[in-house]
Amino acid sequence: MDLDALAGCLSSSACLVTQTTSGLIIGMLLFLVAVGLTLIFGVLKVVNFSHGAFYMFGAYFAMTAYQLTGSFALAMLAGAAGTAILGLIFERVFMSRVYGADVLMQLLVCYAFVLIFDDVVRVIWGPEFKAMGMPSAFQVMPLFIAGGVVPPYYLLLIGVALVVAIVLGIGLSRSRIGKVIRAAAHNPGMVSALGINTGLIYGGVFALGGMLAGLAGALAAPVRSLTPGMGFSVLIESFIVTVIGGMGSILGALIGALLLGLIRSFGSLGFPLFTEGLMYLFMVIVLVSKPTGLFGKEVA
Amino acid sequence: MTELEAGRARTLAPVQSGAALHRYRDVLIALIAFAVLASLPLFTSSKALLDFVIRCSAYGLFATSLNLLVGYTGLTSFGHGMFFGLGAYSFGLIMQKLGVPIPVAFIATLAITALVAAVIGAICVRLKEIYFAFVTLAFQMLIHSTILSWASFTGGDQGLRGGIPRPAFLGINLANHIHLYVASCALLILGLLAMRQIAQSPFGYTLRMIRDNAARASFLGIDVWRAKLTVFVLAALFASMGGMVMALFVSGAYPEFAYWTISGEAIFINMLGGVSTFLGPMVGTVLLLLLNDTVTRFTEYHGIVLGIVILFFALGLRKGLLDFVAEWYAHRRETGEGR
Repeated sequence: MDLDALAGCLSSSACLVTQTTSGLIIGMLLFLVAVGLTLIFGVLKVVNFSHGAFYMFGAYFAMTAYQLTGSFALAMLAGAAGTAILGLIFERVFMSRVYGADVLMQLLVCYAFVLIFDDVVRVIWGPEFKAMGMPSAFQVMPLFIAGGVVPPYYLLLIGVALVVAIVLGIGLSRSRIGKVIRAAAHNPGMVSALGINTGLIYGGVFALGGMLAGLAGALAAPVRSLTPGMGFSVLIESFIVTVIGGMGSILGALIGALLLGLIRSFGSLGFPLFTEGLMYLFMVIVLVSKPTGLFGKEVA
Repeated sequence: MTELEAGRARTLAPVQSGAALHRYRDVLIALIAFAVLASLPLFTSSKALLDFVIRCSAYGLFATSLNLLVGYTGLTSFGHGMFFGLGAYSFGLIMQKLGVPIPVAFIATLAITALVAAVIGAICVRLKEIYFAFVTLAFQMLIHSTILSWASFTGGDQGLRGGIPRPAFLGINLANHIHLYVASCALLILGLLAMRQIAQSPFGYTLRMIRDNAARASFLGIDVWRAKLTVFVLAALFASMGGMVMALFVSGAYPEFAYWTISGEAIFINMLGGVSTFLGPMVGTVLLLLLNDTVTRFTEYHGIVLGIVILFFALGLRKGLLDFVAEWYAHRRETGEGR
């Protein structure tokens, strides 16, 4: 434990800014993964245990596209579009067979794919650590805000995640498609009786969730190292986020992810070895005091 | 005695003697199984085979104890592995630091496990379904992080090294491979028999009722919270036993024993073997360990193979192997009688 370091950082504005931004980017990446998880749970009532694999594929797709084309925008597009297609196929071919089955059965199918996907990555890209490298457009002087160092890429990352949060929030509550999705989450039988293809909606939501995780992976590729199994810790953390925020709540995912990001970045100063433990402790406290999460509704 | 009571007494009596009969049958099966397992070293000197049985004992105790929660009570714990890890670490630490005889360390570890399980269980069993699963997972990871960060006591990510001393007691020397093997088999059989008794007892049927309809159980005057907590602690004790067998076998304890993947494996074992029969998890244990051993021997990409096998069970059979066999058998008998 190193509480002096934590107190020292809290009293210095430079350190405060640096730690807050690093907390924010951890949080924003987590949000992108967790919001897909929470959407899929909210609509399909399935806990997608293989969600981390989409994050991993997003990163690898982006790296390959970047190496082939040299374009950062295309790399992001490849990460997002590739995982969206993957998500659609995964849902239609496999997950759709276990709806209504035992939760353990759904979990088992996902667990199988976690194992398969990790090995597929190992076969295609090799088992060693890979790096995509920072695109040249972002290899510029970092910004100095109140004495703290903020790389411009971090700002892009935070911006993209914020845009996604706003678009999703407004889209789901205002647009026609958003209303259909919410209706399908509430009563799929009635929605399909009204002549709407619920299978398409389920596939679409799964693809959207996969795409967001893939986008997170693509955005993370320049700043993290790529390895088979990289989706795993992200999966666990985004689970914590959705559980803390409340399964099915987008706002909850955002708040939960930011809280967790800040806990991670400041916790690593005060409790360098127990940072992970802090997250789980936080999760236990939230679950025990409010089992449905901070923004979760009581599930009937 | 009214007519009604007399009628009830008549129907109850055969049921009770039937239960006693079943109990003798279980004990007999257990004795035969132990005799077969214990005489195995007389016929083979293959260390690999004996090692395999020891590992099956550790995992079998652990997986079957999870079935008490998942299959019998409907409590899907994602964090059951914490007690496996707790058992291994407590036993290893007590043996290393205190140097007491093995039975003392064994009993002390069970006591510690019971205490920890009672505290964690009291918090967890209030929650339902997926939330119960998540909070047990969180506790498991909390214990795992504690093991990792408390390096001066637990050895951190290196695990408990330097070996666990195994002094002889009552003529049993667990440092001897054959002795260790027979002791593991004995623990496995005793543990399975005890769990079988729990599952077949009135308490076991109370658990089934809670699984099927907790509200009705509560109306009938059953303290659901207390029953769930009791089975949570009992299951933890057997998981801890499994952990101790593992610690004795590898002569150490590693953080992976407390990592959540060990809980995942136990759930997978249960699904593989089937949760609707008592021995399903045991069948699953043997299947998974066999699968793991053979697949890792033939290919380095054992994730793909294992994944496809899981998919076959989940999407093809849609149930565990023993469940499948049991249903197939019942179906065959039914159609046979219909003819």
